[in-house]
Amino acid sequence: MSASLSDLFFYTLRLGDDALISAQRTAEWIAAAPQLEEDVALGNIGLDQLGQARSLLQYAGVVEGAGRSEDHLAYFRDEREFLNLQLCELPNGDFAHAMARLLYFATYQQLLYDELRSCDDEQLAGVAGKAVKEVAYHVDHATQWVLRLGDGTEESHRRMEQALDALWPYTAELFESDELVRRLAVAVDPSTLQDEWTRRVMAVIDESTCSRPSASYQHSGGRQGRHTEHLGYLLAELQHVARSHPGATW
Amino acid sequence: MVTDTAILEAVGEVADPEVPVLTIADLGVLRGVRHEGDEVVVTITPTYSGCPAMDLIRHEVELTLQALQVDGRVETVLSPAWTTDWMSESGKAKLTEYGIAPPTGRRAVGGPVMLSLTVRCPLCGSPDTTELSHFGSTSCKSLWRCNSCREPFDHFKAL
Repeated sequence: MSASLSDLFFYTLRLGDDALISAQRTAEWIAAAPQLEEDVALGNIGLDQLGQARSLLQYAGVVEGAGRSEDHLAYFRDEREFLNLQLCELPNGDFAHAMARLLYFATYQQLLYDELRSCDDEQLAGVAGKAVKEVAYHVDHATQWVLRLGDGTEESHRRMEQALDALWPYTAELFESDELVRRLAVAVDPSTLQDEWTRRVMAVIDESTCSRPSASYQHSGGRQGRHTEHLGYLLAELQHVARSHPGATW
Repeated sequence: MVTDTAILEAVGEVADPEVPVLTIADLGVLRGVRHEGDEVVVTITPTYSGCPAMDLIRHEVELTLQALQVDGRVETVLSPAWTTDWMSESGKAKLTEYGIAPPTGRRAVGGPVMLSLTVRCPLCGSPDTTELSHFGSTSCKSLWRCNSCREPFDHFKAL
């Protein structure tokens, strides 16, 4: 791979891994959500994310040119080779945590895809143009729940506020810029999304009557393959069938 | 020699496995046919990125091509992104008859004002309906209830 192709490969992998790991965590909610409609909603949201992941990983494999398929990239890479944001891999916690994460992450994806759909790479633009419409529903879903829980009972308010706080130290990573995104012309520099993201997320938090979260320390490292201890366990579950029975089809 | 029109007509009859009253032509999932050398390429586009029906649709299009004795393959394209605007009028009529409210002209979210048009109950025709959830039994549907006849129903949501 030439230097620019390698940049494109890693950039596509970052976006694909965000979507894949989020899909896995979201899917863990199925049959565990507070009501049947919510099982269905989270199932659909996870499926959208998985669809985005498949398109992105498939394209990453093509760019790399080493014959790796989307399945190879999903099932046969180790933890340190995953480039997703740490926010995506954190354990689910309670339902308020799920909605706080979805608010943070889907708002980020919405702004990112909205920029990316007009980039010069036809494939990335195609995936983004498709995904941005789906993600609008995810943002709306998270928003409705954050408002309902935050402005609900004393207990739901307490839990919503706690969840928004607990995940806040993982949000700075979303906007970290680095050499790769500055070099690669088609990439969206995530630091340009932060102001609008903050405005949108804070508007929801304010309306929910929760207090604005803040943190003295922000985690980082996912884009370099440094993860929390939780990703390994997630991958063990995600990958174990494919690794126990390599080449199996059904 | 099978003409492009004949190919489009034949593969257009492939039904959506999740909403079997609709064909992929009704849905706008079938995008076109082109030639690459001796090979015919049929292009399809997913309704949603993760639509699990795509694999089956691709397979059925391949079987249809084989039945026509056409040497061809199926290609999935993402751009331009699918929209419910591509659904045919006859497709919308078939949906209503099947008990699924067809897409209205406007998306429920993402516009400057987050307000959607009312969705008529496909069973009794009443406009007095409530959305229960943005998300329904498949990616492309939302879950509604009619306040007049009290029946729940699916709505093919605008995208």
